Amino acid sequence: MANAQPSRTQTKLEPWRDPNEKPYVRIEKVTKKFGDFTAVDDVSLSIYRGEFFSLLGGSGSGKTTLLRMLAGFERPTEGKIFIDGVDMSNVPPYERPVNMMFQSYALFPHMSVEANIAFGLHQDKVPAAEIKERVADVLNLVQLGQFGKRKPHQLSGGQRQRVALARALVKRPKLLLLDEPLGALDKKLREQTQFELVNIQEKVGITFVVVTHDQEEAMTMSSRIAVMNRGYIAQIGTPTEIYEYPNSRFTAEFIGSVNMFHGRIVESEPDHSLIRSDEANCDLYVAHPGHLAPGTECWVAVRPEKVSISKDAPATGDGRNQATGVVKEIAYLGDVSIYEILLDTGKRVRVTAPMVTRRTEMPITWEDRVYLTWRPFAGSVLTN
Amino acid sequence: MAETVQSEMRHTGFLGLLQRVGLSGRALVMLLPYGWLLLFFLIPFLIVLKIALAESQMAIPPFTPLIETVEELKYQITVTFYNFHYMLTDDLYVVAYLNSLKIAFISTICCLLVGYPVAYAIAKADPKWRAPLLMLIILPFWTSFLIRVYAWIGILSNNGVLNNVLIWLGIIDQPLQILYTPVATYIGITYSYLPFMILPLYSTLEKLDNTLLEAAADLGCPPWKAFLSITLPLSIPGMIAGSMLVFIPAMGEFVIPELLGGPDTLMIGRTLWTEFFNNRDWPLASAVAVALLLFLVVPIMIFQNVQSRQGEQQ
Ligand SMILES: Nc1ncnc2c1ncn2[C@@H]1O[C@H](COP(=O)(O)OP(=O)(O)O)[C@@H](O)[C@H]1O
Ligand SMILES: [Mg+2]
Repeated sequence: MANAQPSRTQTKLEPWRDPNEKPYVRIEKVTKKFGDFTAVDDVSLSIYRGEFFSLLGGSGSGKTTLLRMLAGFERPTEGKIFIDGVDMSNVPPYERPVNMMFQSYALFPHMSVEANIAFGLHQDKVPAAEIKERVADVLNLVQLGQFGKRKPHQLSGGQRQRVALARALVKRPKLLLLDEPLGALDKKLREQTQFELVNIQEKVGITFVVVTHDQEEAMTMSSRIAVMNRGYIAQIGTPTEIYEYPNSRFTAEFIGSVNMFHGRIVESEPDHSLIRSDEANCDLYVAHPGHLAPGTECWVAVRPEKVSISKDAPATGDGRNQATGVVKEIAYLGDVSIYEILLDTGKRVRVTAPMVTRRTEMPITWEDRVYLTWRPFAGSVLTN
Repeated sequence: MAETVQSEMRHTGFLGLLQRVGLSGRALVMLLPYGWLLLFFLIPFLIVLKIALAESQMAIPPFTPLIETVEELKYQITVTFYNFHYMLTDDLYVVAYLNSLKIAFISTICCLLVGYPVAYAIAKADPKWRAPLLMLIILPFWTSFLIRVYAWIGILSNNGVLNNVLIWLGIIDQPLQILYTPVATYIGITYSYLPFMILPLYSTLEKLDNTLLEAAADLGCPPWKAFLSITLPLSIPGMIAGSMLVFIPAMGEFVIPELLGGPDTLMIGRTLWTEFFNNRDWPLASAVAVALLLFLVVPIMIFQNVQSRQGEQQ
């Protein structure tokens, strides 16, 4: 925001900010209907070369359907998809410059790991010697060098997932589609693999489009995220943008945890909004450009970690952005503590505070009366 | 006290009786198939084997007894391998076996060639059409097998439907002699056993994971090639199961070659019939039957093996 003129490195890392950059994938007003049911609803988005783009949404929000349209397994009911400037409407899956890693991995059960990986190269009539070399390389890349001769059913879930990734990577597509690539892995392996996936993506320099329902995963891996809800795109942005500046209650509540204060706009100015909130029992001052007319019903979203908690009343008091209540729950997570505070208005608020002092010296405990405050930049004004 | 509780837990009646002799319900369930096999396979087989080891004689029954009482408490067991020896030395039987083998093999291939596309089409059909289509495959079973084979006489004879249609279309001007040739036998066997090929093939093809074909397409493989490199190899178990279900009964087939095949179509089932009813040589007929069974043990074992391997994979 402060830096209106983006620097060169920024343009390189954030191609979507550069108006001269041509998107590699352009989805234009794409709608997909199954009978009467609209699975994907008027989606438009652009994905740039080298991006790690995530489609994030709950189950049934249309992520897989959108991905399958990119791969060519489903045809859009309306709208068009361009890859590298070419209209994909009449291009069958086997002629698209994309490869997909399937949610179920879809490894060929009658072929060895090597044969699975070599399959795509055989289709392209790559010379045998080169196939051998490339298969060996990609097996090393996914750390499965020893497993080439095995059949898929002789591998663990995590190893199969790597084979599926290797099989899609070995063709060096311009665009790799991954449908819940880490879905079948347990939590620990998943976190480890997230970083591996990002490393691999950086190493091979392929554009990734990843479907996931796990918001943490999307935040960790992505350059940008499209949040999907019931077939439409709720918001597109970098992980930070989506976390810090959600544009709707849906996004704010879907990503991380958030406190929502219901209220009405009192003042709407170019540099701030003022909201009267019954739930917080105070006026809420939000230092972002006001975009709603006074009197409009709205919600102010405040992330738990943006709220400070104290047993002492705040010194300076215009009464804005502060609330009082009683501590009802405390959860120690080691590095942070989570407090749940029951405000005098009956609203429950969640606050996370880093553990600066040791627990034995903790001044705040159950049933303490506490003051909550947050800074003007902390909140976002949202409508439905 | 403890005793009364125990006796309450005991079942009464038949189950109780079984429990007392130490048989649980589980063991009973496991015994059932073995009991079935013992009663309806092993015992009949041993009877046939016994006859095969006897000598033919003009009497009732028409074979010599296995055990004879020579004097009190002195028995004599007579076993002769004459029938097997005769069977191996007389060309007729060897030729009949080889011919059966050939006819069963060619018919199985025909069933496979006709059955695969049918099974594939049904497996690819809209799910709501699959049950009715399968119904149509099974429908012929509702009429007598014999009547259906007879109907083929009307179709294949010189004056039959097929020849008339071909002549009417101008494709031929002399009726083709199909009836009473081996070709008619192939047609009859293929027609009769086709459902046994289609059903296991269908069940294999229907279970085939469609995402595998999508994955193949995604990797640049056009549909016809995906069929050859994915669908076909993955449906081999169904092909083997179906082939065995056709091959095994076709080997011993009697009715179809008898009605459609004419005198030249020599098959082991017919030879057996002739020995049994025309020559009344029960021992020789039994020996032929025992040899046929031994002949089929290999394909039956292949079939069993495929079935159990399929079971394991699921
Ligand atoms: N082939 C199909 N026929 C009918 N409905 C479908 C089909 N594929 C997906 N849907 C429906 O579309 C919606 C979105 O599905 P999907 O894209 O798989 O969601 P996600 O991957 O986000 O969980 C779901 O409600 C699903 O039932
Ligand atoms: Mg999905």
